[in-house]
Amino acid sequence: MKADAVMIEYRILAAGDTAIVVELGDSIDRGLNAAVLALARKLDESKIVGLNETIPTFRSLTAFYEPTLLSKAALEGHIASILHELQPAQARGRLWRLPVCYDSQIAPDLDSVAARAGLTPAQVAERHSGTVYHVYMLGFLPGLAYTGDVPPELVLPRHVSPRPRIPAGMLGIAMAMSLIMPRETPSGLNLIGRSPIAMWRRAKTPADSDAALLAPGDKVIYQPVSVREYEQLAAKSAAGELDLVPELGPAA
Amino acid sequence: MSPALHILKPGLMTTVQDLGRAGFQNLGIGISGALDTVALRLANLLVGNDPTAGALEVLYLGPSIEIEADRVRMSFVGANTPVEILPDRWASSGSRIEMLRSVTLKRGEVVRVGSMTGGATLYIGVEGGFDISPTLGSVSTNIRGGTGGWHARALLAGDRLPLCRMRVADRGEFRVEGMEFRAPTCIRAIPGPQDDHFDDAEIAKFFSSAYTVQSGSDRVGLRLQGEPIRHVRDFNIASDATVPGSIQIPGTGQPIILMADRQTIGGYPKIATVISADLPKLGRLSIGCKTAFAPVTVETAQALRQAMLSELDALADRVVPIRSTAGGSAPLLHAENLISGVVHALPDEGALVDE
Repeated sequence: MKADAVMIEYRILAAGDTAIVVELGDSIDRGLNAAVLALARKLDESKIVGLNETIPTFRSLTAFYEPTLLSKAALEGHIASILHELQPAQARGRLWRLPVCYDSQIAPDLDSVAARAGLTPAQVAERHSGTVYHVYMLGFLPGLAYTGDVPPELVLPRHVSPRPRIPAGMLGIAMAMSLIMPRETPSGLNLIGRSPIAMWRRAKTPADSDAALLAPGDKVIYQPVSVREYEQLAAKSAAGELDLVPELGPAA
Repeated sequence: MSPALHILKPGLMTTVQDLGRAGFQNLGIGISGALDTVALRLANLLVGNDPTAGALEVLYLGPSIEIEADRVRMSFVGANTPVEILPDRWASSGSRIEMLRSVTLKRGEVVRVGSMTGGATLYIGVEGGFDISPTLGSVSTNIRGGTGGWHARALLAGDRLPLCRMRVADRGEFRVEGMEFRAPTCIRAIPGPQDDHFDDAEIAKFFSSAYTVQSGSDRVGLRLQGEPIRHVRDFNIASDATVPGSIQIPGTGQPIILMADRQTIGGYPKIATVISADLPKLGRLSIGCKTAFAPVTVETAQALRQAMLSELDALADRVVPIRSTAGGSAPLLHAENLISGVVHALPDEGALVDE
């Protein structure tokens, strides 16, 4: 992909009087998402007075602004000039290796997902953990990362009737996305594993602040662990003694 | 013993709220904060707090609270609700006090807040505030996200909510002048961002129908029932961001207005967005209320926002002493340096008066 050959097309949509949506497309696509994340980075770096915050998603970015400080037209002007010069290359994010226990004792849908895919549970674990995932966005719950893409044979719709409650750490599939729940929540995901890693980190000291483990643009490899290893890691994690250190991600 | 509010009965849903934690929505955390930010500000001003401080938000049915501090000043602002002061926790009756005012309570006294009429929210301000560490800059409770407030949950019977002050100063009480907190009969909204998922006839229907607030409505969303709105295409979109006041149209065609504890992203098309000046009024809509939507342009909404911010700046002028104190309210409050002259421009602030 040549940087100078890319012409980014977009639409500006109103989301009320204090936010606009910069829509780069309507589908889930790594190229689109890379452009969204690059735009978010540039806007965050720009320190435009009156621009309060942004939410990057799969294929659009919502910018929250204070209209008494920054006019909609001026904000749109900033966005147009950023998009005009935007390098579509992905930033070199971090690479996380997240332990996941793929075991029917722990993951209630592993056997049925395997049966639907014509695979054994071990093959589901092998396929699911055999690819490098991209973090498209965080949202819905604090620290919830949408990672993709799931191998085609494991792409599944959500359950028609969501479970009223699943525990934190459950790993599930919804279409081409793989998600680890940061907290107990109702969920329609197809649950094929569980990770001992906290996706939302509580502040350990008053000076510290709560934070998400993953950031958009990061890469993730799910690493299979046994039930025994999972339990050991979960105990360490609960005691606050499990600090994962990411590697530098692959060059784009 | 450290000063506290002892919760005897929690009410339906009583949480600690302030103006919310903007700035972290890219991590999946909605803003949260008071549903009616105007009432929250006034509850704080009545007890001499910064208007942006944390207070108790009560939905529909109030709590019974025993005072476990030498002297506590409280205020009650929002929907019309019976508030009684009982001499102790064993008393069966007490004296009714007016709303929209401050009152000073002694150790052992109990404040009993009843059921609301004609609204959904009431704010209880407490002088000096709660001794709770902020999470990401705010003491607001986000139950859905498991973040902030008092253990990230609604208050329960037996809780002792720690206070910053053991004994407030002995001074006159204050009341709010010239404010009403009626449920709005019309909410103004800007079409979009996904208005192109609906044809002109369906958009016209949305802006000309009456909708009733349904049970199941909460701090996450107001569920409405009325003329169903049909999508031109599929009712799923590749999920994108929501904002406070986003009006989603799910597959049923019945609108859902996203509120303070909303999810930051969603997969339903959003036909319109409630204007920022009308967001506090959404907090006054109770189950069974009828309301309608009126379309406005971004320019009109921003002019209304400007007017609303000016009114918020002048909000302290509506707080007046009940007994005549020398110098009146403004000099006293300013002398105590308790009023912030700055209005923090958050996207969830809203207008002061119903049209």
